[in-house]
Amino acid sequence: MPPDATHAIEVSHLTKTFGQVRAVDDLSFTVRPGRVTGFLGPNGAGKTTTLRMLLGLVQPTAGTATIGGRRYTDLDRPMQTVGAALEAADFHPGRTALDHLRVFAPQAGVPDRRAHEVLDLVGLSGAAKRRVGGFSLGMRQRLALATTLLGDPPVLLLDEPANGLDPEGIRWLRDLLRALAAQGRTVLVSSHVLSEVQQTVDDVVIIAGGRLVHASTLAELSGLAEPRVRVASPDAAALDALVARAGWQRAADGTAGGAGGVGGVGGVAELVGTDVATVGHAAFAAGLELHELATHGVGLEDVFLRLTAPAPARGAHAGAPAAAPTAAGGAR
Amino acid sequence: MKDSLVSEYRKIVTTRTWWVLLIVMVGYMAFMGAAMAFAFSFDGAEVTGASGEAVPMDTTTAATTVYTLPSTFGYALPLLVGLLSVTSEFRHRTLTPTLLAQPDRNRFVVSKLVASIPMGVLYGVLGTLATVGAGALAFVVNDTATGLDDGAVWGVIARTALALTVWCVVGVGLGFAMPNQVVAIVVVLAFTQFVEPIARLVLGLNDALAPAGKFLPGAAGEAISGGSFYSATGAGDLLGPAAGAAVLVGYAVVLALLGRFTTLKRDIT
Repeated sequence: MPPDATHAIEVSHLTKTFGQVRAVDDLSFTVRPGRVTGFLGPNGAGKTTTLRMLLGLVQPTAGTATIGGRRYTDLDRPMQTVGAALEAADFHPGRTALDHLRVFAPQAGVPDRRAHEVLDLVGLSGAAKRRVGGFSLGMRQRLALATTLLGDPPVLLLDEPANGLDPEGIRWLRDLLRALAAQGRTVLVSSHVLSEVQQTVDDVVIIAGGRLVHASTLAELSGLAEPRVRVASPDAAALDALVARAGWQRAADGTAGGAGGVGGVGGVAELVGTDVATVGHAAFAAGLELHELATHGVGLEDVFLRLTAPAPARGAHAGAPAAAPTAAGGAR
Repeated sequence: MKDSLVSEYRKIVTTRTWWVLLIVMVGYMAFMGAAMAFAFSFDGAEVTGASGEAVPMDTTTAATTVYTLPSTFGYALPLLVGLLSVTSEFRHRTLTPTLLAQPDRNRFVVSKLVASIPMGVLYGVLGTLATVGAGALAFVVNDTATGLDDGAVWGVIARTALALTVWCVVGVGLGFAMPNQVVAIVVVLAFTQFVEPIARLVLGLNDALAPAGKFLPGAAGEAISGGSFYSATGAGDLLGPAAGAAVLVGYAVVLALLGRFTTLKRDIT
């Protein structure tokens, strides 16, 4: 392990059952320092439960979750090690932003002036003396983030931090998180929308149904996304014939032939495993009139949806999708 | 531990609850003190006891009965302040950040209990002084002795303030045992204003059950003051001040432990 790995997050065989429901099921992953890691999964995938177990709020049924090798509840002054924000609504509405931070300053082991510093850092200085009850969701997110930064911790855990932020706020958050990771901090950001964190994260940990479905760098995840060639012709039958003759493979979930394409007539095909030059040449050689010929990426979002789609059986191997990218070709 | 104490104390003083209820407390106690002092000091005034006979009332008894009104009628307010300091954490879901800052739930409970003491002292001192001030003024107006030249009376006044302080801590314990704010407030009002006074009266009428009445929380609070409205009106005997304090502190501790092993034993989701 590199020397800066002292504040890695280690989740090992973590399991939590609520009655009959397995909210988190034998989940293992590592979050490395110096990187922003996206903790992704659809609603109800078990993200929040996992974070709450990591933070000692929920008792795991089995397994361990440690930060820098120690359980959260064993940390001396936890706010100096981990800054965590779980819900943007966790404020007393009658308390001002500054007082909210002053409440936690002693436990973070910092003087009161640090409260002003973090308010500056998140751009809330102007609202320091205002009661939180009047804050917008975006302002609450900023205040939650300010609270996590109070103790200048090497580890940050943020649950859906982009919720309620305007586009400018999202860009600001991205820059801040990137800067914090660049300082060597461990940054874990949960989200149920990959696109929300796509430009922020270095690594991804994707869970669904309480189980790990994928853990890799973002680049490796991109490798799972195959480019597609979309081709449209007014002559659907000729297009189908060409596709069949050339042996191109249609994308499983792509638009099938038949009506569609430009003007609503003709055929459209979405092809994988080929490129525009090949398709264009073949169409030219066949004398087929084309109205559209383009490569479009399957967004990462599609890959994400495919990975997190409800598993057909309980026995599905959690690690299997992660092994695929090597075969699927390089990232674009 | 000290950090948690400071944090918990700051939580109480950074919202409006404490001073709004303090104003209510002071106003209510001043009114009660003046009204009762007037009633006791009118010529020929007699207090009718629970048994229907007139209770003879010398001036010192009248004075202490007035000055201990806070431990008879006013204790619901420090109780509420302590209670709300806990239930608001549940109501506003601030328990999560609280336990992130202090994951040791035992220390959290102790911090809450201890941090309520300064607020309890403030309520105790100001609430009692409001009663004494207004009451003494009324005695003076009616040309009756205030009793304030008697050191023993001041001892009663000081212990009344102490009783209110302990009530604030009881509120914290109750909050842990009953974290639902609305339910807790309803229970507090119903118990203090209705259930306990009736229970004490009923228990007091039966010789076999009378001793049990002394251990009800309100009776224990009044016992700390020593001498009070209910006992002056013959509604049951009281414990000694030290025993009363022990019983009331016991309520705070038992309620807090109950909360620690129910509410705070669970996952925080």
